[in-house]
Amino acid sequence: MQQLTRLIDEAQHLAAGQPASLLNSAEAEVARDLQICNACRYCEGFCAVFPAMTQRLEFGQADIHYLANLCHNCGACLHACQYAPPHEFAVNIPKAMAQVRQHSYTRFAWPGALGRLYQHAGLTVALALAGGLALFLLLLQALAPSVDSGNFYDYFPHHLLAGLFGPVFGFAVLALGLGVRRFWRDISPVAADMPAVLDAGHAVATLKYLDGGHGQGCTNADDATTLWRRRFHHFTFYGFLSCFAATITATGYHYLLGLPAPYALDSLPVLLGCAGGIGLLIGPAGLLWLNLQRDPQHGDVQQRPMDRGFIALLLLTSASGLLLPFARHSHVLGSLLAVHLGVVMALFITLPYGKFAHGIFRSAALLKWAIEKRQRR
Amino acid sequence: MFDVLIIGGGNAALCAALMAREAGASVLLLESAPRAWRGGNSQHTRNLRCMHDAPQDVLVEAYPEEEYWQDLLRVTGGQTDEALARLVIRASGTCRDWMRRHGVHFQPSLSGALHTARTNAFFMGGGKALVNAYYRSAEKLGVVIRYDSAVERLELQEGRFVAAQLAGGERISARSCVLAAGGFESNREWLRSAWGQNEQGDWPADNFLIRGTRFNQGVLLKFMQQAGADMVGDPSQSHCVAIDARAPLYDGGICTRVDCVSLGIMLNRNAERFYDEGEDFWPKRYAIWGRLVAQQPQQIGYSIIDSKAIGRFMPPVFPGNKANTLPELARQLGLDEARFVDTIQRYNAACQAGQFDHTVLDNCHTKDLTPPKSHWALPLDTPPYYGYALRPGITFTYLGLKTNADAAVHFAGQPSPNLFVAGEMMAGNVLGKGYVAGIGMAIGTAFGRIAGSRAAQAAAAAAKGI
Repeated sequence: MQQLTRLIDEAQHLAAGQPASLLNSAEAEVARDLQICNACRYCEGFCAVFPAMTQRLEFGQADIHYLANLCHNCGACLHACQYAPPHEFAVNIPKAMAQVRQHSYTRFAWPGALGRLYQHAGLTVALALAGGLALFLLLLQALAPSVDSGNFYDYFPHHLLAGLFGPVFGFAVLALGLGVRRFWRDISPVAADMPAVLDAGHAVATLKYLDGGHGQGCTNADDATTLWRRRFHHFTFYGFLSCFAATITATGYHYLLGLPAPYALDSLPVLLGCAGGIGLLIGPAGLLWLNLQRDPQHGDVQQRPMDRGFIALLLLTSASGLLLPFARHSHVLGSLLAVHLGVVMALFITLPYGKFAHGIFRSAALLKWAIEKRQRR
Repeated sequence: MFDVLIIGGGNAALCAALMAREAGASVLLLESAPRAWRGGNSQHTRNLRCMHDAPQDVLVEAYPEEEYWQDLLRVTGGQTDEALARLVIRASGTCRDWMRRHGVHFQPSLSGALHTARTNAFFMGGGKALVNAYYRSAEKLGVVIRYDSAVERLELQEGRFVAAQLAGGERISARSCVLAAGGFESNREWLRSAWGQNEQGDWPADNFLIRGTRFNQGVLLKFMQQAGADMVGDPSQSHCVAIDARAPLYDGGICTRVDCVSLGIMLNRNAERFYDEGEDFWPKRYAIWGRLVAQQPQQIGYSIIDSKAIGRFMPPVFPGNKANTLPELARQLGLDEARFVDTIQRYNAACQAGQFDHTVLDNCHTKDLTPPKSHWALPLDTPPYYGYALRPGITFTYLGLKTNADAAVHFAGQPSPNLFVAGEMMAGNVLGKGYVAGIGMAIGTAFGRIAGSRAAQAAAAAAKGI
């Protein structure tokens, strides 16, 4: 059906004497740039985008979205490019790819109507944060706990939190899962086999393509390379996973072992949570620092509210979370807990419609590349 | 006063600056281009031709000195200096660790680059990445770099460098100097006079495109010529490739190549063939087509292929004209329809059946056709048909300053004690004509490094008053 629509559209363009192009301006810019890159190929060693490009002679919409999400925005190719501005060809792959990525997130979002939130990411984060904070501060007021036990569940009962966060997190997983499935179907790969999955998993887990191809990292403020972007991503990624693991173990303790919180400082949930929290403090702080110095030619500066909004939510989550154990016996514990939970709520609710999506879509693109490069051999 | 003044901002200049600085000299580098356009033609290069006796990181098998030398001897037809050539060849086998120390990374041979995995080490990201790495390293080591600083003339005293004068009148003295400011290929007036006027009254050079930088105006080359420096090379000789006629006037670089000539036929403005398109493998022949096209009326050629060729050559940067019939393609290209169809029909009729194989010199050739097509001659019979208009694209010029193994500039056969030359300004000593991939960077790197070392020595000697 989709193909038929495209054919009809193409026929109409032809009848109207216009060139048959169904690409929007961002997609058309990537197609134009890649046509130039494919006739040059000097950047093949930097990352996966260029070897994947050389397998093609033309760049259709699906190829463009696939390659755009395969791009890690490391900036190496921009500084190395003999055709970058001020050259009249004005090739800027990191920027063109970033602009298409935003279209990918929007276009494949589920439900489709919410895809527009990506284009108003600053507002989305602001509203989500205001809503999250308001919700928990109002709840705190309504529940009016009179205790001072240092037990978080005396302020917000466990079943209430599970009832609030469970569905929101479930929705985020569902929305991202369905979104990336739509993306995957569009870039139309064949089925993945185990070696491809392992290869892609390795590229995701190590952030292979932030190493610059030579192991010295990617560019940031100028053409100098740095490994810090990769390292701060690792802090963030593994910090996030560690926090997630803390939640899972705590849930297991609660329901399976019948051990309700609070847990001792040396217990698994607390250790994982603290390690994760520290990772989520260092990682996003570092990424923000790099982002503030970033060469404005890298990527799409218009998406910086989305980048920084997400980073800010992560930072607020970890900072407020790490303060909690210290505030256990303080009179501000209730308020601090409400703030932390409000921020976490904002983070979860915006997961499927903000910067978080880049990791999911990029992983899918890496899987396609892992499949594709095996087919070539 | 600086010890060493480097004039130029490409590979050879940077190698000289780095070596001089490493030897302890204070170094000032003057690049005529603004920062965004720095690096001269080096920013468009992609590899270094390297001798090696065994596999080395990105290089497979072996490429011994003798084979390298024979390759060079063949393409230059003997217009080379064996001692200097061998010096370059040997240096190419040992310079890469030094290059790496200054931030250059290498990558395996690119896809679509034929037969180069053994002979050529590719720069990761190409020449501009190399140039960036060298500038970064030079800045870190304390080399002073000035952009937008074109040198207009030198002050010389009996073959000795005294000072350089910038276009704005500023005078910069130094104890020694390295000239590495490139050839004159961007100077359209000079090209025009070097190529002259043909019998049809055309000035062929007016229709040339420049594949590289717009900043190689040859100002110092001309100055040195007039100052009586010994020269090598013929000013009408240049490395000249047929490139897409829609390429920009300057800096079109690698991507404007059109690599389908040997898969089809080449026509001139009169829709006639003029040379054997299948004479030899494309990498060995692409550099003759610039001159061939330059000799055709209005300096334009048209590469014509049919659908069978698609996917067999590097995708060109600009899409070709595409038509379902030959007359329609002729109309699109603005060629005489009847003659176009007639030329192709005669070519098609002359194609002998054979086993097409683009990777060998196959047995698909024409019979009783002038000029013949010796290999890969398949009839153009499968629409859609494609046509690419091509113009001569100048890569570099061969005219340069005569030099020796110390990279010294010569006056009346005598080497200057403190004026040295490197890169395109002296490449003609080694490469009097022709080209093999990656030799320009090999010459620039070898002589840049020598010139830098000698300049530092000369400066140290001058400082001691020797």
